[in-house]
Order: sequence, then structure tokens, then C-alpha cells
Amino acid sequence: MKPAPFKYHDPQSLSELVDLTSMLEDAKILAGGQSLMPMMNMRFVTPEDVIDINKIEELNFIKLSDDAIDIGAMTVQRELLSSSSIQTIAPILNEALAYVGHFQTRNRGTIGGSLCHLDPAAELPALASLYDAQMVVHNKNGQRVIPFDEWSFAYMMPCLAPEDVLVSLSFPKWKLNHGYSFVEFARRHGDFAICAAGVLIELDKNDEISKVAITIAGADVKPIRLKAFELDIIGQKVNEDLIRSAVEEVKKIETMSDAYYSSSYRKRLAGTLVERALIKALERAGGPT
Amino acid sequence: MVDQRNIDVNVNGKSYSGAVETRFSLADFLRENLGLTGTHLGCEHGVCGACTVLVDGEAIRACLMLGVQANGKHITTIEGLADGNNLHPVQEAFWKNHGLQCGYCTPGFLTTLVAFLRENPDPNEEEIREAISGNICRCTGYQNIVAAAKAAAEVLRAK
Repeated sequence: MKPAPFKYHDPQSLSELVDLTSMLEDAKILAGGQSLMPMMNMRFVTPEDVIDINKIEELNFIKLSDDAIDIGAMTVQRELLSSSSIQTIAPILNEALAYVGHFQTRNRGTIGGSLCHLDPAAELPALASLYDAQMVVHNKNGQRVIPFDEWSFAYMMPCLAPEDVLVSLSFPKWKLNHGYSFVEFARRHGDFAICAAGVLIELDKNDEISKVAITIAGADVKPIRLKAFELDIIGQKVNEDLIRSAVEEVKKIETMSDAYYSSSYRKRLAGTLVERALIKALERAGGPT
Repeated sequence: MVDQRNIDVNVNGKSYSGAVETRFSLADFLRENLGLTGTHLGCEHGVCGACTVLVDGEAIRACLMLGVQANGKHITTIEGLADGNNLHPVQEAFWKNHGLQCGYCTPGFLTTLVAFLRENPDPNEEEIREAISGNICRCTGYQNIVAAAKAAAEVLRAK
């Protein structure tokens, strides 16, 4: 239960960091360490080099613009939870972050670390999927932006090359009085969820849906957005039939199976959670502004 | 080749300077380099909470942070809670309420509750249970730990 020997690097700036990632062949980036450290302790990963990015101040920020919230990859979960601007503009982040681990792990765990670790049931990737977050990635040759849709390459694997570094995430703003809800089910509080569901919803002056996003985490290897269904229900009023059709829609998704929970259980659970999240989000959705 | 770094840390008010192997967790550094064996290691992957210490006042898992990352920081371990022979109010409350049996998890509970009660001096039972949900005790069933947390909160508020 001790990490295998590695060489430790602690770059002080983003440019030093991308110099290192372009040179080192078997390196792991150490963000908050709440996932990488257990994996190194158990020797699931044994990198030759560990690049600790905790000293790079320019990766730690929460910036508001007219149409988005930009969050630096090294912003710790505690800071997100205590940010009053996030509380007003994207309250679902608060609701979901309360499920992330425990307060001791939220004191170190970062948003970028969670997105790069990419656990299928993790809350932060689910939020990025819900918001169609833009992932800002740097390497020695410059910057590129990856939409979250294209972020997951495979199980727990973002589409990053070894020289790439996630620098920040951009969450587009929704109307101030949008409805939202994040719900999940886990056997113990703080454990990874078996399944989670998130909903964002905007209503127009006739109480008809003008914008909606529905995401399910934990059901498959990456968060699932119900995009076709979302498009279908634009312009509709939310009533029992619509909620029932959402649950039917969830039955069509691919779900995974593991030693503990079968795919059919996950599918049923996902349906229940989507139903709960839709109802709650609707309660919270205000009229047009 | 052993990869080492020199670090300066302040632990329980005392300054230490010295080399640490970079793969050592903060918990291993405290236990093996400084001989502060009050910080216990249960699971070594962030689940049990036994190794919780305060870094610059914040409760963290000492098994999920490298010792080298503590450079320049102030650390409080279980050894630093009491004031000489006077127990910290949280320690006193655990003793009076029988909040421990074997004691293995206790350092983690105490450091966790010290940090929690500083931020939330008047918690209700639900909040206390949530605060300690990241710490595992296999002896007591948590009843007396919750009672101790309540009692400690009262004493700390009166201070």
C-alpha cells in the first residue's frame, strides 16, 4: 500500500508544465490526489514521473462572464461549494457537489482532476455533460477547446494525449430562474453513486419547455445525455405523460453491469432518478424573465 | 535512485526541516520521519478517515497527500490537540461519553470534528452524522461519537 518509486516534479507555471508533459513519456499529473493517490497506493498505476500541479496558481480560478462561468482545473471542490456566484448562477453545482466524497476529500479534490479521472458515476463529469461544458486543453503547441460530447474516449479515459493538460472548463449560463435538480442513489453517503441524474430546464411564458438538458451518470461507462428526447419535448408542457415518456426513454439506453449491480437494475434506477429530478427541477423552474 | 526533497513544515507548532522521500504520503512522513504515530493508517486509500490531519486548519486525508506537498504548511495532528496535560474539549467529550473503544479510528474522528466544529459551532445531529460520514469506526456504532460531538460543541461554544 505504498506508491512505487517515481520522480517528483512540481512546475510553478503552465508553460513549465506543458514543457514537462511534452518531454516525459510515462507521467501522471497529480491534481488533488483524491483518486490518483489511492490508485498509486494500491499500485494500480505506477508512473515513472509524477507532476504535481498544485503550485500553478493560474489554474485556480472562478471567472464569470456574460454568458459563461469559467472554472480553472485546479479549483478545489470546497471552493466551488462556497462560491456565492455559483450558488446563484448554477445552483445545481452546489447540489451535486454535496454528494462528492466527504468534506475532507472536497478540501483537496479538484474539478479538473475529477474530469480527467472520469469515473463513470462521478458527479462533476455528469455536470459537465449536462452543461455541454467546453474543456480548454493546453499543450506545447497551444490551446484547443474540446466540447464535453467528445471528451470521453473510453471507460475512465478522456481524449487527451500524454502532452495535453486540462486547464479550465467553461459552463454556459442558463436563465437565472431555470429549474434544476441533481439526485443520486448510493448505498452509503459519500460513496460513488450507483446511478445519478441531473436535469436543467427553462420554461417560457406559457409554461412550455424552451430549453432542457437531462443527464444520467453511473448507468454506463460515461454520462448519457438524452439529447434526442430533449429535442422532442421542446415546446411541450410538463405533465405526468411527459414524465412517463422520459422514464420510457431511459429504458432505451445502454447500461453496464458489474459484480454488484446488473444492467437491468441500473436501468430501472436511472428511470426512477430521472423522474425525481424532472419533478424537482420543474418545481424550481420559474416563469419567464 | 531514491527521489528525495528537502521540506520545511510546522507540525503542532514545531518546525521541522529535512529530506523526505517523494513517494511518502504525508501520513508516512509524520509517522516514520517525525515519529508522530498518533496519525493512524487504516485503508490507505481515502475511505476510512483514520489518517485525517489538519493542513493549514483544513481536515484532509494524510494518506492522499504526499509529504513533499506539505512543504511550507502548518499541520496539526492528534498529538497537537491537547494543551499540555489539558485535553482538547473534543477529546474530553469523547472520554466522558465513551466515544471510543479500541481507539484506532479516534485520531481521525477528533481531527475531523475539531475542523468541523470550527466551521459549524452549533450543528444538529444530522449535520454531525454527515460530518463524520467519512470516518469509519468498527466498534462503537457511532451513537456515543455523536453524543461526544454534541457535548464538545456545547463546551466550545461556551468558551
